[in-house]
Amino acid sequence: MTKSTDNAVTVRNVYKNYGKTEALRDLSLDFPRGQLTSLLGPSGCGKTTLLKIIAGLLPATSGEILVNGEAVKAPGPDRAFVFQDFALMPWASVMRNVAFGLELRGVVKSERESIAEKYIREVGLTGFENSYPHELSGGMRQRVGLARALSVDAQVLLMDEPFSAVDEQTRRKFQEDLLGLVKNENKTFIFVTHSIEEAVYVSDQIAILLPRPSRVMEIIRPSGFRDKEVDSIRRDPEYLDIVDRIWASLRSYVE
Amino acid sequence: MLVKHRANILKLVSALIVFTAWEIAGRVPVSFAFPTFFESLAAFWALLIDGTMFTAYAETLKPLVIGILISAFFGIGIGLFVGLSRSFDWLVSPIFIVMQTAPLAALIPLLVMAYGIGLTSKVFVVCIMAMPVIVLNTGGAVRNTPSNLIEMGEAFLGSRIQIIMKIILPSAFPIIFAGLRLGVSAGFIGAILSELKITPTGVGDIITYSRSIADYPSMYAAIASIIILAVLFLNVLERIENKLAQGSRKPSALD
Repeated sequence: MTKSTDNAVTVRNVYKNYGKTEALRDLSLDFPRGQLTSLLGPSGCGKTTLLKIIAGLLPATSGEILVNGEAVKAPGPDRAFVFQDFALMPWASVMRNVAFGLELRGVVKSERESIAEKYIREVGLTGFENSYPHELSGGMRQRVGLARALSVDAQVLLMDEPFSAVDEQTRRKFQEDLLGLVKNENKTFIFVTHSIEEAVYVSDQIAILLPRPSRVMEIIRPSGFRDKEVDSIRRDPEYLDIVDRIWASLRSYVE
Repeated sequence: MLVKHRANILKLVSALIVFTAWEIAGRVPVSFAFPTFFESLAAFWALLIDGTMFTAYAETLKPLVIGILISAFFGIGIGLFVGLSRSFDWLVSPIFIVMQTAPLAALIPLLVMAYGIGLTSKVFVVCIMAMPVIVLNTGGAVRNTPSNLIEMGEAFLGSRIQIIMKIILPSAFPIIFAGLRLGVSAGFIGAILSELKITPTGVGDIITYSRSIADYPSMYAAIASIIILAVLFLNVLERIENKLAQGSRKPSALD
């Protein structure tokens, strides 16, 4: 496997307490540049908490987050977030929602709209620029959320269970598209999911988290099927093996 | 279109039922001081023709418009801070809750002692009636801004001001406007109350004077005119709201 040891994001000895409850305990994890890393685990294992700490939306109780070698404590232009519940503004058109990250950065209207236009095309929403979120299906709404995150051109894309609120068919299409995105965009993806199949399907690296308090149990790097066609991955023996293996180690933690 | 016509027809039927009941009640008569609908209509027409109604409203609208402008401006401003800051909420909201529940008629003598019988006292009465509902609605709407939208604003590097102007206020807009509508109706009541309780001017004067000379049709015509004007005003406000909200809240077949 050809991989550099270069990490876009490093999490070092992060603790997070909510009052007396320990949500994360001494968690350390590396996220290799240009790859997709999944945070996988049962609910309550703190995977979304970790993602929001990396995003700078939640403060860590102690420990360090390094993005490109520099410690971060707040949201920055190097990271963009895709929300589980889309977080679209219902009063704004698709165009304004997609361009909103650029609008907040003070990019002039004509420029930000031409950038947004490009990503609206890339996620397949051409023709819907002037629609409003309530006129779109769940899957299309998440495409808007994805285009918004791509528009600000951050090196690290943080995705919080982005496909959990869309139907199964749309989800599969999204997963295929995501593989293309990882290949073509040269960005680092951090992807939270509770679906074992989804994690194995899309990831270069899977970090399995265990709950209460959260810690990394195991890191798995699928290698054999990453370069295969998208539609043959699910029949690959290694894919099936890894799915089985993860389930075997997680099943005891599911109540 | 059909639905729209049906709505108008039903509104017309509803008005007809009220007017018929009024006419019958006047003819019975329930009280010698209760004129029939047609007598009141004739009196209304007479007041309109000789210009009494117009000069009266020129007088009545003064405290009403000033009071509502003040209430809207400061009400939305104070409401914004109430919604943004818990401590400000605790500090200020009780005042408006007291204002809302206070027996205003009993307070008017105090206002007159402090501010005389002129415009100031009347504007005060309008403000006392209109401001609380505007403040409390705005505060509630701001406080209930979906937290995922605020988080989205933070993740995409919005400043506090940007998040307030571009996310919190637009999100609160429909409820702020609902508060504004309620405030305007309350303001109408306040304006008339002040003319009845402080000094009889404008429409309040028509009501007081016609009652004193037992010209009950004119009295009821004046009262009806207030209701008509208030309804027209609220309609205009609704139109403004729809215009400002653009296409974003139109119901859609997909929703």
